[in-house]
Amino acid sequence: MIRVVMPAHLRTLASFHGEVELEVPGAVTVRTVLDALEERFPMLRGTIREHVTQERRPFLRFFACGEDLSHDSVDAPLPDAVVKGAEPLLIIGAIAGG
Amino acid sequence: MSGVRVLVGTRKGAFVLTSDGKREKWDISGPHFAGWEIYHMKGSPADPNRVYASQCSGWFGQMIQRSNDGGKTWAPMGNKFTYDGVPGTHQWYDGKPHPWEFKRVWHLEPSLTDPDTVHAGIEDAALFRSTDGGQNWEERSGLRKHGSGPRWQPGAGGMCLHSIIQDPKNPERMFIAISAAGAFRTDDGGENWQPINKGLKSLYIPDPEAEVGHCVHHIAMHQARPGVLFMQKHWDVMRSDNGGDLWQEVSGNLPTDFGFVIDVHAHDPETVYVVPIKSDSEHYPLDGKLQVYRSKTGGNDWEALTNGLPQSDCYVNVLRDAMAVDSLDSCGVYFGTTGGQVYASADAGDNWKPIVRDLPAVLSVEVQTLA
Repeated sequence: MIRVVMPAHLRTLASFHGEVELEVPGAVTVRTVLDALEERFPMLRGTIREHVTQERRPFLRFFACGEDLSHDSVDAPLPDAVVKGAEPLLIIGAIAGG
Repeated sequence: MSGVRVLVGTRKGAFVLTSDGKREKWDISGPHFAGWEIYHMKGSPADPNRVYASQCSGWFGQMIQRSNDGGKTWAPMGNKFTYDGVPGTHQWYDGKPHPWEFKRVWHLEPSLTDPDTVHAGIEDAALFRSTDGGQNWEERSGLRKHGSGPRWQPGAGGMCLHSIIQDPKNPERMFIAISAAGAFRTDDGGENWQPINKGLKSLYIPDPEAEVGHCVHHIAMHQARPGVLFMQKHWDVMRSDNGGDLWQEVSGNLPTDFGFVIDVHAHDPETVYVVPIKSDSEHYPLDGKLQVYRSKTGGNDWEALTNGLPQSDCYVNVLRDAMAVDSLDSCGVYFGTTGGQVYASADAGDNWKPIVRDLPAVLSVEVQTLA
C-alpha cells in the first residue's frame, strides 16, 4: 500500500482527512501514484499536474524519505521505503504567496 | 416572501449573504473554499438554487464548483479548459507573440433558460461552454479564431474575457468583452463573432479606427432593452444604441471617467451606475471619497451618491465584476471593494450601508432576487 500526504487544500477538495493509502499496480513511480490518486479522487485532476502537459504545477513539490524528488523523472522508481509503505510520498505546496 | 441572495467572491473565499425583501438584516455564510480566490459566482436565472463558482489558486490551478441548494453545499465539477486546436499566439505586453495559455476563469454566465448550460470567460481570453452542469467544457473557438486574435494583448490584469451578456430576446446573440482586445458580438449562437469597437477612442492606440486593442473594463445591458449597451472603458463611459455597432461617449460631468464597474437599474433602462476611480495609476476614489455616480438619463448627466459611503480617507478600489442590482421594488444596488466591504442600497442608490465590512478583497458581487 502506497501512502500519500496531500496539502490541506487538496484534502479539503477531496473531502478526505489524513493520509491516503493507495493500491498502485505495477511500477511505483510519481506518475503511477498520481494516476492512482486521481483515479480515486477525480476532482484532483489538474490540481497537482497540468491537464494537458501532465507537468507538475510549479508551486508544488514531491518529497519522500527526506529527498526532493520534484526534478527527477516522473517515471523513476520511488524509494523502497515508499513502495513498502514505510514512508509516504509527500505532495508539498510552496511556502509562498499571501 | 421575497428575498435577496448576494454572492460575493473574494481573494480568500466565497461568501453568501442573504436577506428578506426589506434588505435590512443580513445573514452571512462563509468562507466557502477558504483560502482560494473566487473570481466569480453566479446563479442560474432558470433555477436560483443552481449556483456556479470559479475557484482558483496559484498552487492548485482552476476549479469549478456547483451548488444545487443556493450555495449551502458545493461539489467540484470539471476543470479542464483546453483550447480548440493549436491555439497559436497573441501579443504579449511588449508586442511580441506569446502562446495562448489557460490561466483562470474570470466570469461564469449561466444560460437564461437552461440550468445545465453555463458559459465561462477565461484568461487567456476565450469563451467556453458547458451543457452538462459544468462537468465538461468546450471552447466556442469562433471568437478566439477571429482574425484579430493574434493582435489581442493583455491589460494590466491579464488578457481576460470578463463580460458575457446574453440577449434575452434573441438567443443567437451574445456580447462579450476582453481586456484589452475590446467588445465582440455573435449573432449566430457563438459560431462567428465581430468586433464592436467603433467609436471607442483610446489614447494609447494611434489608430482612431482600431478594430481591436481597446481596454474595455465592463459592459452592461438592461434585460428589457438588449440593443442598448453601456461600457466602462479604461477611460471613458460609453453607450451604444445599436448593439455595439457604434459607441458614443457619455462620461458627461463625471469627475473622472476611469473606473471598472458599470450597471443598469433593474426597472429603468436609462438609469446607470458607475464608481469613478481616480486614474489608471491610482486605483482609488478621488480625494478619498467613495462615491457612486448615477445617471437617470442614460449617461452624460451624472449625480454623486454619497449617503452612507465613506467621504474621507477611503482608498479602496471596486473591481469590474463587483457591482450588481436586484430586481425588487425599489431596485437594490450592491458593490464590493478591495477593502472587503460590501455596500448595499435598497433605494436605488439614494442611501447606502455596508452589509459586511471586513471580508478579504472583493473580486465579484452578483445578486439573486428570490421569489
